[in-house]
Amino acid sequence: MTLDRRTSLSIFERMLMIRHFEEAVIRLYKQGRFVSHYHIYIGQEATGAAVLEALGDNDLICTTHRNHGHIIGRGCDPNRAMAEILGRATGFNGGRSGTLHISDPSRGFLSTSAVVGGCGGLATGAAYGLKVKREPHVSVGFFGDGSLEEGLVIESFNIAALWKLPVVYVCENNSAGAVGPQHGGYPTAITATDSFTRLPAAYGIHCLKVDGTDINAVHAAASEAIARCRNGNGPVFIEAFTMRWPGSSPLWPELATVTDLDAAWDSTRIAGPHADWSRHHDPLLRVARELVAAGHATRDELKASDKNARDRIAAAEKFAIDSPMPAPATVGDHVFA
Amino acid sequence: MTSARSVTYRAAVLEALFGEMCRDDSVIMMGEDIGAAGGVFKQTEGLFAKFGSDRVIDTPISESGAFGIAVGAAMTGQRPVFEVMFGDFITLIMDQLVNQAAKVNYMSAGQFDVPLVVRTAVGIGSNLGPQHSQSLHAWLTHIPGLKVVMPSTPADAKGLMVAAIRDNNPVAFFEDRMLYNARGEVPDGDYVVPIGCADVKRPGKDITLIATGRMVQTALAAADLLAKEEISAEVVDPRSLVPLDIERLVDSVKKTSRAVVVDGGYRQYGVTGEIASSVAEHAFDWLDAPVIRIGGADVPIPFSKTLELLTLPNAERLARETAALVRGER
Repeated sequence: MTLDRRTSLSIFERMLMIRHFEEAVIRLYKQGRFVSHYHIYIGQEATGAAVLEALGDNDLICTTHRNHGHIIGRGCDPNRAMAEILGRATGFNGGRSGTLHISDPSRGFLSTSAVVGGCGGLATGAAYGLKVKREPHVSVGFFGDGSLEEGLVIESFNIAALWKLPVVYVCENNSAGAVGPQHGGYPTAITATDSFTRLPAAYGIHCLKVDGTDINAVHAAASEAIARCRNGNGPVFIEAFTMRWPGSSPLWPELATVTDLDAAWDSTRIAGPHADWSRHHDPLLRVARELVAAGHATRDELKASDKNARDRIAAAEKFAIDSPMPAPATVGDHVFA
Repeated sequence: MTSARSVTYRAAVLEALFGEMCRDDSVIMMGEDIGAAGGVFKQTEGLFAKFGSDRVIDTPISESGAFGIAVGAAMTGQRPVFEVMFGDFITLIMDQLVNQAAKVNYMSAGQFDVPLVVRTAVGIGSNLGPQHSQSLHAWLTHIPGLKVVMPSTPADAKGLMVAAIRDNNPVAFFEDRMLYNARGEVPDGDYVVPIGCADVKRPGKDITLIATGRMVQTALAAADLLAKEEISAEVVDPRSLVPLDIERLVDSVKKTSRAVVVDGGYRQYGVTGEIASSVAEHAFDWLDAPVIRIGGADVPIPFSKTLELLTLPNAERLARETAALVRGER
C-alpha cells in the first residue's frame, strides 16, 4: 500500500458507507418501501471513494443513474439521500428525483442525469463555467462504459479538448464479468472498439487506465488528472476496471452477497455461488486486507469502522422511513425558477 | 424619456445581445458560424469583434454536445445564448433541452437554475426545402419548464430577447428569418418586454385574430383587407406561447365574440389547437361561432416556390376565412 494511513483509512470509511447504504437500499426495496428501477454501486466503491478522496471541497461532480456511491462517498448526508430514494419530502430533492437524479449542490453535485451519457455534456459545461470564471477547480464526470456508445459524450470529448477544459472523465468500466444479454443478464457494453481509451485519445485527451478496486492506483490517477486540469492542461480520461458485482447483473438488483468484514481474513466464511467474486473482486475486502497488511489499522479497528457505518446507515433508514411524503400541493413547485 | 428609431428585426435582436453582453459578463453566445463569420443570416454580426472569442464561441457541428455544455455552463453561473442555426435542428438538442434543461430546476427542487436562451430561426418562404424551413416551436410548448417566445416586430424582438436573457429559466426564442429585414420603431436603451404578456397589435370589434410570430404581420395585412369589407378585426399577438397570456386573449374574444387562431407551424396537434381550445374553454359563453385554426399545411415544406407558398397561411386566405366566419357562412 503506497497511500498513507490517514488517506487510505478515509477512503475505506467512504467505501464502508457506500456498501452499507447500498445493501440497505436493496433491503428497503425488497420490503416495498419504494417502487422504482434503481442501480447499485457495490463492487465499484474503491473507484468512487478514491476519486472523491482526491477531490477538493469546491470541485464539481456530475454522475449517473448509478449515483448513490458518489453521493454517499462524497460525504453527503445519508439521511437525506435515503429519504430521496424513498421519495420523501426530506430528501435532497424533495422527492422529485428519487434514486435516479439525487443531487446535493452543497457538495458540488450538479443535477444527476439518468439519460445515458447526459452527464458527459453537463460535466464538460461545468468545466467550461469554471474556466470562464478562472476558478482553480475541476469538474468530474462519472459514467459507465455504456456512455461511450452515446454521441453526446464523444462530442463533449472533442469540445473539452479543443477548449482545454478542466474536466476529469471517470469511466467506470463495469462490464467485465457481467452476464451479457445473450445469457439472460443485462446490460453490458456493445462496442466495436477494443479499448475505450482509444476514443478520447483520438482527440488528444490524456488517458489513464487503472484497476478500479485498487485505491492506490485510482487515487494516484485521480490526483494526476486533477493536477493536470488545475494546471490548465485540459481534460483527462480515466478508465477504471471493476468486475461486475453479481447482484447488478440482473435487470433488478439482487442482494447476491452480504458484507461480512471477517471474510477479509477468514476465507472459510465465503461460500455460495458468488464466492469467486467475494474472494477475488470485492474491493471492500481487498482494501481491508491491505490496510491490515500495511499496518495502517488492526482488524478490530476496521470492524469498529464497519459498525459505525452500519449504525449511520441504520439511522438513515429510520430517518427516511419516518419522514413525511411531499405535500400534494407542492407538485407544481419548481417547474420554473 | 427614451426615443425610438426605425430598425430592422435583425438589428433589434442584435441590439439586445449587445446591450446584455455589455451589461452582464456572464452572458455568452454559443453556436455554429456565429463568430467572425457573423452568422449565416448576419444575425450575430459585430458581436465577435466587440466581445471576442471567449464570449462569442464557435462550436463544432455538435449541437447535442455543445448544447449539453451550455446547460452545464448555465448551471454554474453563465447565461448562454445558444444559437441553433435552423429551427429544424432543435431536434438535435432535444434530449439536452427536454430531459436536462427543462427539468433541472424541478429535479433539484429549486437548487439549480438553467438561465439560458435557445435562439433559432424558422419560417417558410426561403426555398430551403423540407429540412430547413420548419417552425417546430409547438414541440417545445409541450414541455413543462421551458418558456417559448415568438417576437413578431423589431421592438418585441429586442424587448423579449432582453427579458429572455435575464430570465432564470431556459427560454426558446423563435425568430422568423423572413422578418429579419422588416423595419419598425424600436426604443433606445434598456427596453424589456416581459415574457407572458400578449399585445393588441390592432384594435377591432368584429373578430379577434390571434396570431403568432410572422403570422402577426399576415393577420395585420388580412385586417386591412377585411376593413375594405367593413369588417373590423382585432389582431392580438400572444408574444409568448409559454407562458400564455390567456386572460388578454379571452378579454379580446369577449369583446368580439369570434376568433381565428393563425400560426406558421404545422397545424396538426399544434399551437393553434392549444390556443383555440383554451379560448373556447374560457370564453364559451361569449362565442358566436366556432374558433377556427389556420396553420401551416401538414406536409413537409417543399422546395419549389410554387409549392412552398401553398403551405403557408397568407393574408388573402386569412381574410377570406375570417369574413366567412363573421358572415356566418361557414
